[in-house]
Amino acid sequence: MTEQPSLITDAQNTWCPGCGNFAIQHSLKAILTDLQGEERDLSNVVLVSGIGCHAKIADYLNINSFYSIHGRTLPVATGIVLANPQLNVICCAGDGDMYAEGLDHLIFAAKRDIDLTVVVHDNRVYGLTTGQYTPTSPVGFRGRSTPSGIKERPINPLALVLASGGTFVARSYTGRPAHLKRVLSAALSHKGFSFVEVLQICATYNNLTAFYHERVLEVQDNEEDLNAAWSYVNAWDYNTDAKIPLGIFFKEDLPPDPSRSGEKPYLGGAERDVSSAIAAILHDRV
Amino acid sequence: MRDVHTKRTFSSDFFAWALCGGVVGVDEVSVLIGGKAGDGINSAGALVARLFSRLGYRIYLYFDYPSLIKGGHNFAVVRATPRQVGAHRERVDFLLALDQETLRRHVAEVKPTTVVMGRSDRSQGAKVSVPVKEVLDRIGASDLMGNTCMVAAFARAAGVPWEILEEVIMAHITKETSLNIAVAREAYTGAIEVSPVPRAPGAAPPLPLLTGNEAIGLGLAASGLDLFIAYPMTPTSNLLHFLAEYATPLGLTVVHPENEIAVILMALGAAYAGKKAAVGTSGGGFCLMTEGFSLAGMAEIPVIVVMGQRAGPSTGLPTYSAQTELLFVLNAGHGEFPRLVVAPADVGEAYRWSALALQIAWDYQVPAVILVDKTLCEGSFSCGPDDLIQLPYVKPVSAGPKFPYLRYQNITDGVSPFIHPPNPLAVVKVNSYSHDEAGITSEDSGTATMMVEKRIRKGESLAEVVGSLPTVEVSGDPASRIGLICFGTMGGVCREVAEHLGIRCIRPVVLAPFPSAQVHAQIDGLTRVIAVEENATGQLAHLFAAHGIRVHHQIHRVDGRPFALEALIREVSGVIG
Repeated sequence: MTEQPSLITDAQNTWCPGCGNFAIQHSLKAILTDLQGEERDLSNVVLVSGIGCHAKIADYLNINSFYSIHGRTLPVATGIVLANPQLNVICCAGDGDMYAEGLDHLIFAAKRDIDLTVVVHDNRVYGLTTGQYTPTSPVGFRGRSTPSGIKERPINPLALVLASGGTFVARSYTGRPAHLKRVLSAALSHKGFSFVEVLQICATYNNLTAFYHERVLEVQDNEEDLNAAWSYVNAWDYNTDAKIPLGIFFKEDLPPDPSRSGEKPYLGGAERDVSSAIAAILHDRV
Repeated sequence: MRDVHTKRTFSSDFFAWALCGGVVGVDEVSVLIGGKAGDGINSAGALVARLFSRLGYRIYLYFDYPSLIKGGHNFAVVRATPRQVGAHRERVDFLLALDQETLRRHVAEVKPTTVVMGRSDRSQGAKVSVPVKEVLDRIGASDLMGNTCMVAAFARAAGVPWEILEEVIMAHITKETSLNIAVAREAYTGAIEVSPVPRAPGAAPPLPLLTGNEAIGLGLAASGLDLFIAYPMTPTSNLLHFLAEYATPLGLTVVHPENEIAVILMALGAAYAGKKAAVGTSGGGFCLMTEGFSLAGMAEIPVIVVMGQRAGPSTGLPTYSAQTELLFVLNAGHGEFPRLVVAPADVGEAYRWSALALQIAWDYQVPAVILVDKTLCEGSFSCGPDDLIQLPYVKPVSAGPKFPYLRYQNITDGVSPFIHPPNPLAVVKVNSYSHDEAGITSEDSGTATMMVEKRIRKGESLAEVVGSLPTVEVSGDPASRIGLICFGTMGGVCREVAEHLGIRCIRPVVLAPFPSAQVHAQIDGLTRVIAVEENATGQLAHLFAAHGIRVHHQIHRVDGRPFALEALIREVSGVIG
């Protein structure tokens, strides 16, 4: 085996000390290192990021990457998979990124069961824009855009994805690195749309370390029992005080459906005879 | 089986007027057919067009319909000419009315010699009354075949041989073909010849009819398109439908995602992974695409946007045409980055420039806009072998990639070698942020300046290759010192007007990078420049002014309808005196 290039670039890391993003990067790097050990070609891996603190992971991991724009990781990633289903595409997105700016894409990617993995770095605050509430911030959250506290309730992203037809729905926590790596690894292996909501703390604007440590609870993985899945995802509503289950809450392998968007067989190359096809169309148009 | 060969003649008063008919006196013929939405007006127009194709004519078909499914008023105008045109005439030789509304609305299109044919049970006052209901009842056909009946009566009135009508119906009515044939035969045999249309001079074989949408789709496919992605929006929905229908033979993946934001970002993702992608939309959808368009500029990822203009602002006149998005597409997307904008005038140009735009966008890693409009997208034109050719473009010789790979290598011509993953030798990083040569975010002053300059040099390289192409179409009298300028579908009507009035017509097909030298070469020496545009503010005139060309007069049309030939002749004559 030849010497593997470093999985970390020379870019200076600018995450705050204690940032939850380190744990996600370490987990992904460990998974990639395992793949290297299995002599798997990492050039088949593409990382897509949005915009926000999370997204710097595209600069830091030395793999193919598409550092896209705020909220748009999923359509970019979907285009990559449509173009080449052999690529393993990982979408790293923030909570504001995925649940506010790009929410429509999340629902449709789940509906489509497009074969990629979404990792949401959910610190429940906007970090890069300095501390505003996000769709998963609790009632009363005081951010710089809501100094008297927000009155609206947070959304439950896991319930949303489950309702949208997601076939792999999981939650982990950056304070449980072993769990995180196991869940991410399972998500990457899942054939279909894999959604991993990762609770992470924001060291500067929303440090919930103590809150999460007291409440997270690793539960037994569930596969196709939808009722059990709903129990898990509804156990905590991102607002009230409750135990927070961590684990793979739902996993279902849909049969490959060639008519489903994104799995249409791509003809390409020599199989195409565009000239003959055009001639036939012109003939029909006389 | 019913005997459909029985000779039966319509009551003689239906044809009383026919006695003052006669041969259509010029070498061209125009037909208007109108009715309610749901009467099959577009397909009837296409049938009429194909009858004339088989008589050796070239066709221009304009289809006019409001934004609804049933009711309202639809009409199609077919103009059949020996040489290809791209505009309709003010008055028609045949007016075929499937309802009273058609007769009421189109009084102005009727001239003394016009053969006005009306469906007897739904219109009064037509010179030739066609007993559509009786024919359908006799054959036992549904009212949906009323359009076939009217077309057949017209075919007889215009002296089109039965064999031609039968062939056209057999080829183009795929549902209940034999019943349609029966209806047509009954109507044809019952009608009489009123105003025979001669065969066009020469014995050219009939040519295919293509809509602008179809020509764009075929041009892109011929150039190696892999994916077409779109959210439905008039006037490019039919491009989505056409490519979806022919996805398998053309080797395409066709996707209809959740919205236009997803559309363009999926295209960029696909292009990153090495597949050629195009999207289709109109102004409102393109508004949503502009953040992705800007990303294409920064990340240097090719994408083709087929931008079918319609009358805005906002929802506007959804099914009517406009040329209001020229300055929008030239400036769309925040930040500064090179782009290619082409505006074809007819199906031949739509095919050739769509094919070329895809190649150039890929060679120069830029977003490209094919700027068209409802008139071209949904209009039909005859399409000859000369239309579907490749323009003389030679791919520039580019340096190969260096390793370790740098996606944004700072190279002289600005066009950094693009490797698409997976490649075991290259980590490919693209970035929406300002970035270094490797594609890693950098906000460093020197790096930011270097990358801006690299993109600007890429724009200059693009301008250079565009300058080597036939970017400016010129017609009319080369000796005249009066010139019309226009873009896109205005090209058809302006060329005819220029020829009629003995003036020039100068039309850039490429609008960005603006072919300044080629335009100046044609314009310099003119004493009067007249811009003709389907917008209110003179967007092309603004563009010319920005390149130092004074436009003396502007003619606008803003109601979403294309200029008729005679109407524009009057307007231009009024200006030039």
